[in-house]
This record gives sequence, C-alpha cells and structure tokens, in this order.
Amino acid sequence: MEINATLIGQLITFAILVWFTMKYVWPPITKAMQEREKTIAAGLEAAERSKRELEQAQHKALSIVHDAKRDATQVIEQAHKRSAQILEEAKGAAREEGERLMERAKAEIGREVNQAKEALRKQLSSLVVQAAEKIIQHNLDPAKQADLLDEFVAEIE
Amino acid sequence: MSGVQGNYIEHHLAHLQLNLHTFTVGSGGFWTLNLDTFIVGLITALLIGGIFRYVALHMQTGVPGRLQNFVEAMIEFVGRTVHETYHGKSQLIAPLALTLFLWIFLMNTLDLLPVDFVPSLLQITGIEHFKVVPTADPNMTFGMSISVFFLIIFYNFTVKGWRLGKEVLTSPFGPYLFPVNIFFRLLEEIVKPFSLALRLFGNMFAGELIFVLIAMLPWWSQWLPGGIWAIFHILIITVQAFIFMMLTIVYLSMAHDVH
Repeated sequence: MEINATLIGQLITFAILVWFTMKYVWPPITKAMQEREKTIAAGLEAAERSKRELEQAQHKALSIVHDAKRDATQVIEQAHKRSAQILEEAKGAAREEGERLMERAKAEIGREVNQAKEALRKQLSSLVVQAAEKIIQHNLDPAKQADLLDEFVAEIE
Repeated sequence: MSGVQGNYIEHHLAHLQLNLHTFTVGSGGFWTLNLDTFIVGLITALLIGGIFRYVALHMQTGVPGRLQNFVEAMIEFVGRTVHETYHGKSQLIAPLALTLFLWIFLMNTLDLLPVDFVPSLLQITGIEHFKVVPTADPNMTFGMSISVFFLIIFYNFTVKGWRLGKEVLTSPFGPYLFPVNIFFRLLEEIVKPFSLALRLFGNMFAGELIFVLIAMLPWWSQWLPGGIWAIFHILIITVQAFIFMMLTIVYLSMAHDVH
C-alpha cells in the first residue's frame, strides 16, 4: 500500500465524474421522471373524477326514472279518477235526460188523451143530437123508442 | 510458502506504474502514477457517464425501455436514500451519492473477473503487472474519500458560518472544556476520510488476495472455494458500495445540521 500521484489523478477523475453526473445526468432524468409522475397522477385523478361523475350521473338517472315513475302513477291515478268522475257525470246526465224524456212523453200522452176525450165528447154530442133527431122523427112509439135506443147504443159501441 | 508462490502473489499485488519524472514504466517515489488504477477508473467512469448520459438524452416520459428502467431504478433508489437522510438544499448530494455508488460498484465488480484473466491477456503485449480492481488501490479510495472530506469542510463553513465556531468550541463538553472540544472535533473530522477509504480498500484488497490464494490451489479444487467466495463477494461488492455512499450522505448531512 503506497500513496502516490495516482491519488491526485483519481481526485480529478472523480471530481469530473461527479460534476458530469450533476450537470448532465441527474437533472434531465429526474425531470423526466417527475413529468411522468405528474402525467400518471393526472391520469389517475381524471379516472377518479370521471368515476365520481359517472356515479353522480347514475344517481341522477335513477332519481329521474324514479320521478318519472311517480309522475306516471300520479297521472294514471288522476286519469282513473277523472274517468270515474266522467262516467258518474254521464250517468247523472243520462238519468236526467231519461227523466226529462219520460216527463215529456207523459205530458204528450196526457195531452193526446185530453184531445181524444174532447173529440169523443164532440162525437158523442153530435151522436146524441142525431139520436134525438131520430127519436123526434119517429114520434113517441115506445117499441120504436126502445129499438132506437138499442140502435143508438150499438152505434156508440 | 515457496518462492514461486510468493512471486505469484507479489506479481498480482504489483501495479503497472508510470514514473512521472521520466515518463517511463516504473516507480518514481510520490510522483508515480498507477496506470492500471487510473486507466480502469477512467474506463469505468466513461462507461457510467456514457450510459447515463445516453439514457438522459433519450429519456421517454411515456413507457420506459429496459435500460431506462434500470437507470431510473438506480436514481430513484439513490434519491430516496438521500432524501431520507439529508434535508438540506444542495443539488450536489444526490448526484454525488449516485456517482459514488455506481462507480464503486462497477470497479468492485471487476474483482469477480478471474484473477489471471486481464494480466495474462496484457502479458502478451509485454505489460508485466496489472491490478484490475481500482478500489483495491488506496489511491483510488482515498481519492474519493478526500473529495468527500473537502465537501464536508466546505459545507461546514458555508452552511453554518459563525455557528460552526460555537459548535466546535462548545460541543460535546460545554464551553469550559473548549480545548478538548476542539481536539475531539478535529479527530472526528479527520477520521472520516480514513474510515471511508480504508474500509473499502481493506475489503476489496482482502477479497482480491483471497481470490489470488484460491487461484494457487490445485486446479481441480478451485471451483468450490472460488465459487463460494465469489458468491459471497457479490454481497460484499454491493454492500461496500452502499456503505461508502450512505456514510458520505450521513457525513454531509451532519455537516449541514447545526447542533
């Protein structure tokens, strides 16, 4: 073991190597590594964010579907109610209309009956007049009178 | 131990040296350059710098390739280790730790090459000695630990400012024992580069020595101890590189923290 000028040579070699590493090796490599780290971190963050957004969207979609279902049920229920109501109204109207028609028919019938009675009465009175004329023409013959009355009655019937 | 075996070990422990006075192969006292350490250190440094620079230039922020994955894993590992221990603002600490870990690890790994492989190859070209593992040379380990030592001093002064004086004088025994405090502090700081350098050097030198010893066994019995030691050595290589890096981070963060 002897120390000689090699020591100085190695000092210089070492110094140059360290300087070279410090200047031209370490910074670019670490910089690139940091860049990659950043890229990866950004990618992970983006993935996380989109996952979160997807979750939110799914949640939202679910709530929309839920709302829609509820609305639909409501609408159907309302429709049912409304249809029942309309049916009820229609029934009422029909009944009223029927009653009204019935009333009118009854009134019509009453009036026609009255007319018929009137006509009958007129006919009867004219018949009575005719019968009276005939009786008067045949001059108090009881047999004839009875025959006449029979004739008269048969005429009425 | 016979003379042949002694020569074999010595042959493996000798450096390829360049005399800086005359620029010829051989020792020149202090002004000697261990060419093997220097060249292997340079090649490994260029390899690391080249590969990492290549990846840095072709960085994909999207899906990374295999090489980029490896580089990113290393950087993330070192960055995390630094971040857990060091809380200052300096942009130097993490690249420094990365460089230390990778360079030491790669140089240590050369220990797993067969001990005779590179020296035998080079012997064809007439080179007598060649120690492949730079971290088994104290010049290499001290080169790194002294750099760290300078950084410790630098950060102590720049981050703490006048509070450094107070800290040196008053801790750990209070203001009345300030000479003892100063002595302790100096000792503590000076021990740091030695502990860093000698730990790594000791481990790698001993590891290589054991490989050399195993290589002297009869050829049919080498595979078992060689295999076991090599597998165990994979652990040592990694752990030593990690310890050097970790202690550097700890020392530098201590230099930042005001007591």
